Amino acid sequence: MSSSPEKIVEINHLVKHYGKFHAVEDVSFDVYRGDVFGFLGPNGAGKSTTIRTMLSLIKPTAGDLKLFGKDLLTNRNEILSKIGCIVEKPDFYKYLSAEKNIELFARLSGVAVTKKKVHEIIEFVGLKGREKDKVSGFSHGMKQRLGIAQTLIHDPELIILDEPTTGLDPQGIIDIRNLILQLKNERNKTILLSSHILSEIELIANRMVIINKGRTIVQGSVTELLNGQELIVSFSVSDVQKAVQLLQSDSSIKIESTEGNSILLHISQSQIPSINKRFCEQGIDVFSIETKRKLEDYFLKLINN
Amino acid sequence: MFWRSTYNEFIKIAAKPRSYIGLGAITLIVGIILIAMKLDGMMYISFITAPFEQSLAFEGNILNGNLMAFIILQMLIIHIPLLIAFVTGDLVSGEGAMGTIRLLLTKPISRTSILLSKYLAGCAYTLIILLWMGFMAIFIGKMIFGTGDLMVLKSDGLVILQESDISWRFFYGFLVAYLALVMIATLALTLSCFSENSIGPIVSTMGIIILFTIIGTLDVPLFDMIKPFLFTTHMAAWRSFFEDPLPMDQIINSITVLFVHIVVLLGIAIYKFNKKDILS
Repeated sequence: MSSSPEKIVEINHLVKHYGKFHAVEDVSFDVYRGDVFGFLGPNGAGKSTTIRTMLSLIKPTAGDLKLFGKDLLTNRNEILSKIGCIVEKPDFYKYLSAEKNIELFARLSGVAVTKKKVHEIIEFVGLKGREKDKVSGFSHGMKQRLGIAQTLIHDPELIILDEPTTGLDPQGIIDIRNLILQLKNERNKTILLSSHILSEIELIANRMVIINKGRTIVQGSVTELLNGQELIVSFSVSDVQKAVQLLQSDSSIKIESTEGNSILLHISQSQIPSINKRFCEQGIDVFSIETKRKLEDYFLKLINN
Repeated sequence: MFWRSTYNEFIKIAAKPRSYIGLGAITLIVGIILIAMKLDGMMYISFITAPFEQSLAFEGNILNGNLMAFIILQMLIIHIPLLIAFVTGDLVSGEGAMGTIRLLLTKPISRTSILLSKYLAGCAYTLIILLWMGFMAIFIGKMIFGTGDLMVLKSDGLVILQESDISWRFFYGFLVAYLALVMIATLALTLSCFSENSIGPIVSTMGIIILFTIIGTLDVPLFDMIKPFLFTTHMAAWRSFFEDPLPMDQIINSITVLFVHIVVLLGIAIYKFNKKDILS
């Protein structure tokens, strides 16, 4: 007998208006325990407003927000004690050291935090040796790491990261991504991740919601949502001409273009193995198969519709 | 949780460089006044006593530490609000400007507790500023000028208070001066809840003090009606403790007006802070 996973976040028909401006019109989604949940939407879609509402930074105009099965408005402190978060950029008291900043926020998290624990967390995020340095001298990447340390200090069940990779260099993005995966795999955290970088969500999220103009467009498992979609797949082969001739007769395959040794096909994911097999049977060597911009295409298609 | 938050606020105030500007300014200003009075104080005294020299003979150490403390308190009580507002006006808006308010308000502690922690820390800072001024004025003043009777110039005459009758007057005078400064701290904190930058509440606090002071000094019938209710009218209530006999009705009235201002402003601050959407 399998029990269904526990819902940690339940948002139903969330609405937030600022006078005549409607920041969020109708957003609904659920996050289950153990999810790495991608929260997607173009700029101005209402992602930050939704996240701020979940953290009680903003009061909703209407809608239900339940976290850990309890209503946020009536159980604010109990709910917030189980959440760690970074909202947009991680800002700290610049005139205090990294260690003092963590201690300061830990003191408000409702748990007793020792110096040892503070140092462990700082080491976990890769800032060992910098704990006594003032935050004013930290780079954006280091502040992001310190932000993650701050989210973990009270061992929360849910971690909310709003655009955690904004402004980071490629190495910084990889580091933060690895940290998030570590949190999921080694610490069994539930993570809600808002990001503009779709490839990042595709790599690490198991479920997602896409919102646009303040409304939920779609939500569900990343794999299931993307599997029904046609992909652009690049096959790197030994004989492009022969490959084109072979596939031209098949109406279910749309050849996008050819480029050097590569042939770009517009196909569904399930067609990849059969095409690979046909190439091999015809003596065409396949050097690589690469799926291109799967989530990006899906996202853009939804948003543009 | 409230005390943890208050402890945090003390740490923040202690770590901010701007918190020491007030202490430095008081040290500098009081130092300059004491040096100036040491060098040329007798001329200042003769200016005060000149109208009375026909009928009175002044003996003993007139230019003493008690007189210095009184002069300094009188001069600085007008300027200390700026130093108080410089720190307390930044308590909420500074968090908004720095972005730390986002983290602070996602912690499991009520907004009211956070605001009251800040308020308590602001009041403690105000007390430190006033105590430092008192220490500089009374102790350093007495060290340099010695002690003696206090001569207080009033609009309708001169009050001479005996040396043995002064200490308690300074004690209560400082308590009422503290209440007036706490009122300023409350005003700055309240304005801070409406702003997203640090400068706005500080400038607004000083603007309100200047405006109300001007209204208080203008002899216009319309303003006469509101003067008794302006906090600036009661900011100098500490001086009443240096009168003989004590005008108790006037003192109680001033304390009441200042206290009502504090309660009302704090209520507004709590309401606004709880309703505030954090968009920064």
